[in-house]
Amino acid sequence: MEKENKTKGQKRREFIQKSTRYSLLIGLGGLTGLVLPKTRTGDWVWQIDPFLCTQCGRCADECVLTPSAVKCVHAYDLCGYCDLCGGYFKPGVTDLHTGAENQLCPTSAIQRSFIEEPFFEFTITEDLCIGCGKCVKGCSSFGNGSLHLQIRHDRCLNCNQCSIARNCPSDAIKRVPAKQPYNIKGDFTKS
Amino acid sequence: MKNLYKIIAVSGGILISVMVFAQQRFPRPDFESGYQVPSPTAPEPRSASIEIIDVILLFAALSLVTWFVLKKRSRKGILYTTLFSMIYFGFYRNGCICAIGAIQNVTLALFDPGYAISFTALAFFVLPLLFALFVGRVFCGGVCPLGAIQELVILKPISIPVGLQKALSLIPYIYLGLAVLYAATKTDFIICRYDPFVGIFRMDAPYHMLILGGSFILLGLFIARPYCRFLCPYSVLLNWMSSSSWKHLSITPAECIDCKLCENSCPVDAINKPVSEPVSSSRDVRRFLLLVVLVPFWVLIGGYIGSKAHIYLSRANHTIQLAEMLITNPEVRNDPENLDVQAFLTSGKTLDELINEAELIRENFNTGGWWTGGFLGLAFGLILTGKTLFRNRKDYTPDKGNCVSCGRCMTYCPVGTPGYEMLIKKEIESDN
Repeated sequence: MEKENKTKGQKRREFIQKSTRYSLLIGLGGLTGLVLPKTRTGDWVWQIDPFLCTQCGRCADECVLTPSAVKCVHAYDLCGYCDLCGGYFKPGVTDLHTGAENQLCPTSAIQRSFIEEPFFEFTITEDLCIGCGKCVKGCSSFGNGSLHLQIRHDRCLNCNQCSIARNCPSDAIKRVPAKQPYNIKGDFTKS
Repeated sequence: MKNLYKIIAVSGGILISVMVFAQQRFPRPDFESGYQVPSPTAPEPRSASIEIIDVILLFAALSLVTWFVLKKRSRKGILYTTLFSMIYFGFYRNGCICAIGAIQNVTLALFDPGYAISFTALAFFVLPLLFALFVGRVFCGGVCPLGAIQELVILKPISIPVGLQKALSLIPYIYLGLAVLYAATKTDFIICRYDPFVGIFRMDAPYHMLILGGSFILLGLFIARPYCRFLCPYSVLLNWMSSSSWKHLSITPAECIDCKLCENSCPVDAINKPVSEPVSSSRDVRRFLLLVVLVPFWVLIGGYIGSKAHIYLSRANHTIQLAEMLITNPEVRNDPENLDVQAFLTSGKTLDELINEAELIRENFNTGGWWTGGFLGLAFGLILTGKTLFRNRKDYTPDKGNCVSCGRCMTYCPVGTPGYEMLIKKEIESDN
């Protein structure tokens, strides 16, 4: 009954609306269809490739978190347990005491503990580490390179666009599958 | 003595190279004290099953708002859902991932063969649009955390002249065009980078972003939802979908009685007042036809401007910046403070390789500039043409494209309230 009362203009308008709706639906469906084969279950997280990292120090500043979600990770397997640790002591230090003036780390986040003569273990206090990479630079220049920077996923917010990845000068930060969220040196070799 | 040997070894290390990752310079010691070498901890990221919960909650919130808007007609219900969304998607999930930013993930998935989009990002992109196509922009009104934070600060909204609104509504198109261009060229995710509210959700942001977020909130006291209306790139897509939606929020539950009570209730100026169609003169028709004919020209002009601007647009790209810097100022190679250049020099890539890479990216920008410009030209032409269209309207109706389904107007409509029923009864009695 109502349908018959509609004017020609109303009918036309309805037809246009309907066809736009269906074409939009088809468009959206098409777009989804194009993207769907590229989806993956599970998510992506950001991680640093320690072999590309140049320890520029931007990780400490550019992360949206303060302090940064990037922390120094110690691959103990690679460590030489040196007394004179290039990651712990400033270059040129001769008197190996743990005074702040001797330490490379600006926040004293590295703990040096005696194991046996002449070996020392170095542990990172993550709450203090700011991810500046000074120790990493020291360790990879003078030592085995067992200290390296990693994004810690208990802190990382997994932003859609990682702020440090965008600012990384050596493109060392990439998306990795959430199932293998770390590139920890030792169990991860350069391929 | 041991120390002396080590110092010699260390100085040797310096001599070899500072940048080379020499591993096992010092062999792993054999411990005699029974010390066990610990392994580094690796805290797990948020598990994928929890990501699915985000999608389920998104779907549930969208459905709930739909129910509140269409069936229950409850402004309170919408408000509570908004509040929940702000707390969960905003403050708890730190505003990431959001539907607005997901535009870029979808674009990147289309253009970068190496990028696999996560299911969550795709769902966040598609679901709100699908709902908009069926029931209007329920996402904006009840689920979007950015909308929610603006919704809650609306204090005394002022009405914005229609002409200015139309002009400002072009900005989201520009933002969308640029966001897609930068995502497609793998340059940047500008929507995420300049999201004014994400810093508030995280309670941590660079100073300038905090200022931006603060000013949007202050502005939002008097101009309702400034980001949603005049900036949000996702609103462009939602607007298209919602404009021809199957169902939509209606101000009145039954017949509109033209009481004008709802006239000023909409904070985002999305209520169309009744107008009677002016008798269209041949001049109006001619003007309409002229504007329609002009649309392809706008597209061409936009595309041309876009392609002309591609050099400026491409300077946001890191590779292009670096290549330009190395060509124009070769002396930066000796600047140890310039981290980007230093990282490039140690990467082992030659300048020619970098320049080739930059040229390819610039070529992409040229093509992208044509498309983006053409798209903006089309949007401009259609908005202009749309302004000449008149619709005959008897009643107060929501503007389906711009309405964000906040539901304020529903509370203003007297139809169906007990007071209104009494009034009608009295009128009938007095008539008798």
